[in-house]
Amino acid sequence: MAENAEAGPKPRLAPGVRLHFDTTRNAWLLLSPERVIETEGPAHEILRRCDGTRTVGEIIDELAAIYEAERAVIEADVLEMMTELRNKRLVRP
Amino acid sequence: MIPAPFGLLAELTHRCPLACPYCSNPLALEPRADELDTGAWADVFRQAARLGALQVHLSGGEPGARRDLRDITAAAHAAGLYTNLITSGIGMDVGRLRGLKDVGLDHVQLSVQDTQAESADRIAGYAGAHARKLALAGAITEAGLALTVNAVIHRANIERLAEMVALAASLGADRVEIAHAQYYGWALRNRDALMPTRAQVQAAMTTLDRLRAEYEGQLVIDAVIPDYYARRPKPCMGGWARRSLNVTPSGRVLPCHAAETIPALEFWSVRDHSLAEIWLHSPAFNAFRGEDWMREPCRSCTHRHEDFGGCRCQALALAGHATEADPACALSPHHAAMAEMAERASESGVSDYVYRGR
Repeated sequence: MAENAEAGPKPRLAPGVRLHFDTTRNAWLLLSPERVIETEGPAHEILRRCDGTRTVGEIIDELAAIYEAERAVIEADVLEMMTELRNKRLVRP
Repeated sequence: MIPAPFGLLAELTHRCPLACPYCSNPLALEPRADELDTGAWADVFRQAARLGALQVHLSGGEPGARRDLRDITAAAHAAGLYTNLITSGIGMDVGRLRGLKDVGLDHVQLSVQDTQAESADRIAGYAGAHARKLALAGAITEAGLALTVNAVIHRANIERLAEMVALAASLGADRVEIAHAQYYGWALRNRDALMPTRAQVQAAMTTLDRLRAEYEGQLVIDAVIPDYYARRPKPCMGGWARRSLNVTPSGRVLPCHAAETIPALEFWSVRDHSLAEIWLHSPAFNAFRGEDWMREPCRSCTHRHEDFGGCRCQALALAGHATEADPACALSPHHAAMAEMAERASESGVSDYVYRGR
């Protein structure tokens, strides 16, 4: 199902899901019930933008700017990750 | 270098209104008079966070039996821990839940015993429990808290796996745990009444695959596999003393909730030692840390880095010594006997439970 990344919803972390900087392991971690996932690189850049203030299109724009990459490439990666995050109930909507 | 733990299971109390025959608490329940007080728990949480723990599971017994649950939750949150409440739902209500959310509770795990009230209440040993759980689930999601439904699976409810998952979805859960009973303590005592047949377990695995596809995107389904009929052992606890620790109501610190079934292990208490000392130096934590303790077939096995030889408590219970391979492993000389015993238990015809604590 194609998503309207420009005018679509503004994703946020689901209830019970938090991004946490762990000083013991010196790493960003996504905390959710029974799960701890280390996040780095592009995955972290996407997750920290899931704060309910940006559309997926805006997240793509920002990542394309940071990584100085072609927007179409970034778009495919972001959409794939958003699907995965939603399936794992880590991000809404 | 011993890595830091990720999680702390805080058994705030062994008191519980329910009497489930597979309860993970030990056969010798700790009395209320021995329980750590609010301040002692707050100190445990601060120490755990300093040690590197990220998540605390506020469990029991029924944690709601603690009148100071709000202060305990607040202390866990203030220590910087992700806080998860593991509750039977009995003794909790909307007001208490809102209070817990206000002080930083992140997530609630609610147990359900079955989808049919009569059966669920019989398993829990508590009339009316099921209806109260369903009502509380509504309150949890209304309060804006994330909900996981936990269903322990055994012979009396395994055929309603699909209904259980459907119930979790209808209650607004994001996640459901299908947890086949683990046969230690109370469940070991009730093994004849709880053990599903091989055919039931195989059907359940097929159903689970179908349900995972059906609920993708709506509900995460996590399953603890029933290892009596498995060929490979589970990586129990992610390895002994590798990822988490368990503090009992009186402050004894265990590598897992069943560890006290292994005799001669020396457990230390938070009343006498710091949590860091216990994690790094206590005899019980170091007993099966790493691989030096292993015998064959584990010692030279290529799987030992992934499954850590399976479960030490199960090795003791079924193979006679805690350093044996977990008999769930097909490479264990006790494997065939385990499967036979499971089949015998499943056909025992026993349906009466020895209820926990009664």
